[in-house]
Amino acid sequence: MSTDTPAADGPDASADDPPSRAELAARIDELETALDEAAAEDDAKKMSIIATKGTLDMAYPPLILASTAAAFGYEVTVFHTFWGLDILHEERSKHLKLSSVGNPNMPVPNAVAALPGMDRVTTKLMEKRIADNDTATVQELLETSLDMGVEFQACQMTIDLMDYDEDDFYDGVTTGVGAATALQDMAEADIQLLV
Amino acid sequence: MSAEYDIAETLDVKGASCPMPVVKTKGAIDELAEGEVLEVLATDPGSMSDIDGWASGTAGVELVGQEEGDDVYKHYVRKTE
Repeated sequence: MSTDTPAADGPDASADDPPSRAELAARIDELETALDEAAAEDDAKKMSIIATKGTLDMAYPPLILASTAAAFGYEVTVFHTFWGLDILHEERSKHLKLSSVGNPNMPVPNAVAALPGMDRVTTKLMEKRIADNDTATVQELLETSLDMGVEFQACQMTIDLMDYDEDDFYDGVTTGVGAATALQDMAEADIQLLV
Repeated sequence: MSAEYDIAETLDVKGASCPMPVVKTKGAIDELAEGEVLEVLATDPGSMSDIDGWASGTAGVELVGQEEGDDVYKHYVRKTE
């Protein structure tokens, strides 16, 4: 406890003069302001997503959750690393692919799915479904999320590893960040997800 | 019924699927003044639950009604602050 502002009537108020009414009123104002500020900070919930996948199907969950959380008024950060970086890559995001290999839910046997050109066929089928169902495209979701204030971060280590250029990414994407930034975001977030 | 409140604005998200009905509702609500009601027209059956959930979890909005019409789901959201 500070010695220059003794408690009004606490046992440790000792011999100091009790604070005046005006001093107490000022102190109350000060505390109320601090409380308001703290409450305002706590008001905005935070979500932190780590996006590690770059296939057409796996680009959707982080973008859908990010845009929806932004609609709730959350502060959202999505940290993209490894193949997740392609979602933020202006050119590569338009050509995300889907493979039937290793995915038993797809209607193509693995032995066929592994043939050359099959990923292109699977991707085309999925893109057609997305268009037919009026599901938003990856670019639409990304641009909507950016407009809503979602912070998209591109992992610097992966940018270097993949030999991408910082200019390759959509405007508004944050570069020059690493694991410590992501960890700090996760520590402060109400919701943390690894996709 | 829409007669219970004045509708300040109507948002047509027919055809759009998750998450766009909620995302666009949020955008449209931001443009309204306090107390005004937004009407949202959607064809996504998930919008019934989603707009309800969004309104419950979002400060400054209140879901004042939902209607399931012929192929169209109507939502009425009031901006409260």
